[in-house]
Amino acid sequence: MKADPKGVLTGVHFMDGDHAACEGAIAAGCRFAAGYPITPSTEVVERFAARIPKVGGVFIQMEDEIASSIAIQGAAWAGKKVMSVTSGPGLSLMMEHIGFAVWTETPSVWVDVQRCGPSTGLPTQPAQQDMQQIKWGSHGDYEIIALSPNSPQECFDLMITAFNLSETYRCPVFFMMDEVVGHMTERVEIPPADKIEVTPRKYTNKKPSEFTLYATTQDDLAPEMIKAGDGYKIHTTGLTHDDRGYPVMTAAAQKKMMDRLIEKIRRNLHKLVDVRMDNCDGADIVVVSYGITSRIAQAAIDEARAKGLKVGHARLVICWPFPESLFREMASKIKAFVFPELNMGQMVRELDRAVSGKARIIPVPHAGGTVHEPEIILNAILEAVR
Amino acid sequence: MAKTEIRIGGLGGQGVILCASVIGKAASIYEGKHATLIQAFGPEARGSACSAQVTVSDSVIGYPYVTNLDILAVMSQDAYNLFAPTLKPGGTLLYEEELVKLGDSLPEGVKTYPIPATRLAEEVGRRLVLNIVMTGFFAGVTGLCSFEAFRSATLDSVPKGTEDLNLKALQKGYEHGTKLIAAT
Repeated sequence: MKADPKGVLTGVHFMDGDHAACEGAIAAGCRFAAGYPITPSTEVVERFAARIPKVGGVFIQMEDEIASSIAIQGAAWAGKKVMSVTSGPGLSLMMEHIGFAVWTETPSVWVDVQRCGPSTGLPTQPAQQDMQQIKWGSHGDYEIIALSPNSPQECFDLMITAFNLSETYRCPVFFMMDEVVGHMTERVEIPPADKIEVTPRKYTNKKPSEFTLYATTQDDLAPEMIKAGDGYKIHTTGLTHDDRGYPVMTAAAQKKMMDRLIEKIRRNLHKLVDVRMDNCDGADIVVVSYGITSRIAQAAIDEARAKGLKVGHARLVICWPFPESLFREMASKIKAFVFPELNMGQMVRELDRAVSGKARIIPVPHAGGTVHEPEIILNAILEAVR
Repeated sequence: MAKTEIRIGGLGGQGVILCASVIGKAASIYEGKHATLIQAFGPEARGSACSAQVTVSDSVIGYPYVTNLDILAVMSQDAYNLFAPTLKPGGTLLYEEELVKLGDSLPEGVKTYPIPATRLAEEVGRRLVLNIVMTGFFAGVTGLCSFEAFRSATLDSVPKGTEDLNLKALQKGYEHGTKLIAAT
């Protein structure tokens, strides 16, 4: 389905990442957002609040992030495409309701413009410190999807992908920005609406009497949805439930649900790989990166190549699910991975697990507050070839 | 791979960010180059220090921060004091001559270009357009993009109803800049 032209600001803009992310969301069909202002994410919802009345939608500034993270789920069940936007401590407050979105299979996009933590930390400075929190922060076991843009243009483009994935898989999709990408202004080209592919919600064609809320098929583990108010009597709950959505307090029901929800993502891992590869074939060293750090890494890679080193660059656009098999295969062909991140070593744990000793891994951690010096990454590359 | 690193500095409320934004827009939208703007993000409020960094390049920009400052434009003494020492030797300094007094901290070979931008803005009609006078001056001195690109970027950036005033301001600053360049 093509995007609704009413929401698409076609043209060439000079726009920061926060604003571009908002435009991406509106173009993708987001018509409800709830949030509580928090630096450096505020501009996303500020723009949404200004734009959405003209497009035909609602923004509510809720009393806090806990309320915001559940308000969007009410709106999703009422038929809207939804997002919430936050940073730092706001994300921590949302954790319980992220689990609710997983267990009730509520399509939703969660924008996190990462800043330094823990706690209030450095509110106006960049970090990539929430990468593991989004995967494990809510209690219980679950799979989510996360994307990481590295420019305002990607904030627009990938936001549409984020919304589309949340409809396809009916799970929370995280949009992992950072302060630099959020506040950096660059050229952003917004295509005409008929060039933007959006995934519509998978509404059922069945009559209310024939519809089962969480019925799935062997081929498609994401159930069809309904819109509250259309005459379907439904029940959804954060309790473990059966196909009708009613609580069933047994280990068997838990296993059935857990298996399907985990499998919903794991069976589709091959479709959920987006790694931008640059000269990884034949490389001795591969630098792995995502988000803003990929741009800093590129500066180091360019210098290393100028010294005659065979260095590839594998940039994660989809960070979760982590593309394990891709890196497992790559590990046997190269000498070492270098993995800079604006954290003390988070996604590198996934790489380590995937590679399981088949290649050397040199993490390049950073406490946050600014980006890496390219020289630090270059030094790690030089160490890797030694 | 020509790359130009620029910093604009002044006081909150002077229009520092807009000035930087017009430069970035002129380059990236109207001249087909790449431009990245990073604004100092912090507790800046009206009347305190404010600055923005713009990198303009013929190729894709990776590292987004300014590290080797080619051009500095300042509209306050504080901004001058803070950023003038970071100019590269032989770099270019543009300054509001009635608000900034040059000290002896300039790196070697820096070319300096003064402009009474506030007074020129008043002559145009409103002191408020100081930043656009400065933008025109930047265009005239540096020739980074065509005047036409700056003109379009300005039109695209200023509030409706103020286009004439701002274009006059841009023109005024531009002429002052080209005159200085012609005289050197």
